[in-house]
Amino acid sequence: MTDGGRMPIASNADVVAVRQQVRAVAIEAGMSLIDQTKVVTAASELARNVLVHAGGGRVTVEVVDDGRRRGLRLAFSDEGPGIADVEQALVDGYTTGPGLGLGLGGSRRLVDQFDLTSAPGEGTTIVVTKWARG
Amino acid sequence: MNVHADVARRRIEELLGTSDEQILRRWSALAKAPVDELKELYQALRTALAEEGSDLADIRGLLAELSRDRVRRGHTPSDTARAVFGLKEAVYEVVEADGGPEALRGFIWFSRLIDDLGLYTIETYATAREKVILDQAEQLLELSTPVVKLWDGIVAVPLVGTLDSARTQVVMEKLLQTLVDTGSEHAVIDITGVPAVDTQVAQHLLKTVVAARLMGAECVISGISPQIAYTIVTLGIEFGDIVTKATLADALAYTLRRSGIEFGEGRRTQIAIRAEDA
Repeated sequence: MTDGGRMPIASNADVVAVRQQVRAVAIEAGMSLIDQTKVVTAASELARNVLVHAGGGRVTVEVVDDGRRRGLRLAFSDEGPGIADVEQALVDGYTTGPGLGLGLGGSRRLVDQFDLTSAPGEGTTIVVTKWARG
Repeated sequence: MNVHADVARRRIEELLGTSDEQILRRWSALAKAPVDELKELYQALRTALAEEGSDLADIRGLLAELSRDRVRRGHTPSDTARAVFGLKEAVYEVVEADGGPEALRGFIWFSRLIDDLGLYTIETYATAREKVILDQAEQLLELSTPVVKLWDGIVAVPLVGTLDSARTQVVMEKLLQTLVDTGSEHAVIDITGVPAVDTQVAQHLLKTVVAARLMGAECVISGISPQIAYTIVTLGIEFGDIVTKATLADALAYTLRRSGIEFGEGRRTQIAIRAEDA
């Protein structure tokens, strides 16, 4: 399933697998139940975005350590249509699909670091990091 | 050409008969399997070849059994196929010793036959796996959507596990249908068993509540754990005027009160009497 923490996202079943894998790694990184739930929810949102907007892509899940604390880094990437206006995409309630339009902005609030790189026609890469507290 | 092929084939059959001890021993060494296990297979193969126009059903049955047996003992399907392919090498050594052109030509035919049988073991393995997966998927769907009656006019759906679109839709339809069938005016959706609520799950829940409301029923969502409450707030999902409760018990108490059923008075009186007795 994983190849150095790298997982494909090609179907709904893969979104579930990503969620389970992130949960397992979050526990391994020593995260509290609240932090686990937050990072799992963010992973679920972003993985579904990859599936819905780009038709598929991949995610890399890894444990990071900055010397003081441990955390989880998730890198989602796809070769989809890209995002024309990143600022607007992050606004709550803005959506191009049938969803609530809260996934991207909500995910940003659920994690500690959120880096979005995208341009029309060049796909999208989102790298998020969540640190375990204490 | 046909006569040649027939002669070649017969030559292999002869060799399988005359050198059976040697082939079996060599095969057993190559396949890393005991001679006894392979002997039956070998005999079945010889019988099938001796019969004109045999469909190899017997030997396929034996192979299927062998394949299942070996998987149970921890061998991979490739191991099993490789064990079957081992027979080619064992027979080739006999063919080489024989050196005749018929035997060599016959070996090509024999090799193709063994390839088929080896692949058959893999096919058996895949079919068995497929069946297990199908059975499990069916069982999962069955246990995923119970709608239970809590009280007259109150039904509940305990949701467990991951809510994907297909499953949520089944749950939704079943809940709405149960509301009609039982004439219930209250429904409790319990999400204690849902590990994470993301925007898609929330949207499904909201839609279910609105649909139930259109039918004149009131929905309560219960089982919201602290971490899920926190996540929902951070995501920015608004539950609006939908009633939510921390536990199923709270939700039941609330819906009973809304239905005009009161328990509190009687119990308090009883406790009061006991207090006086003491």
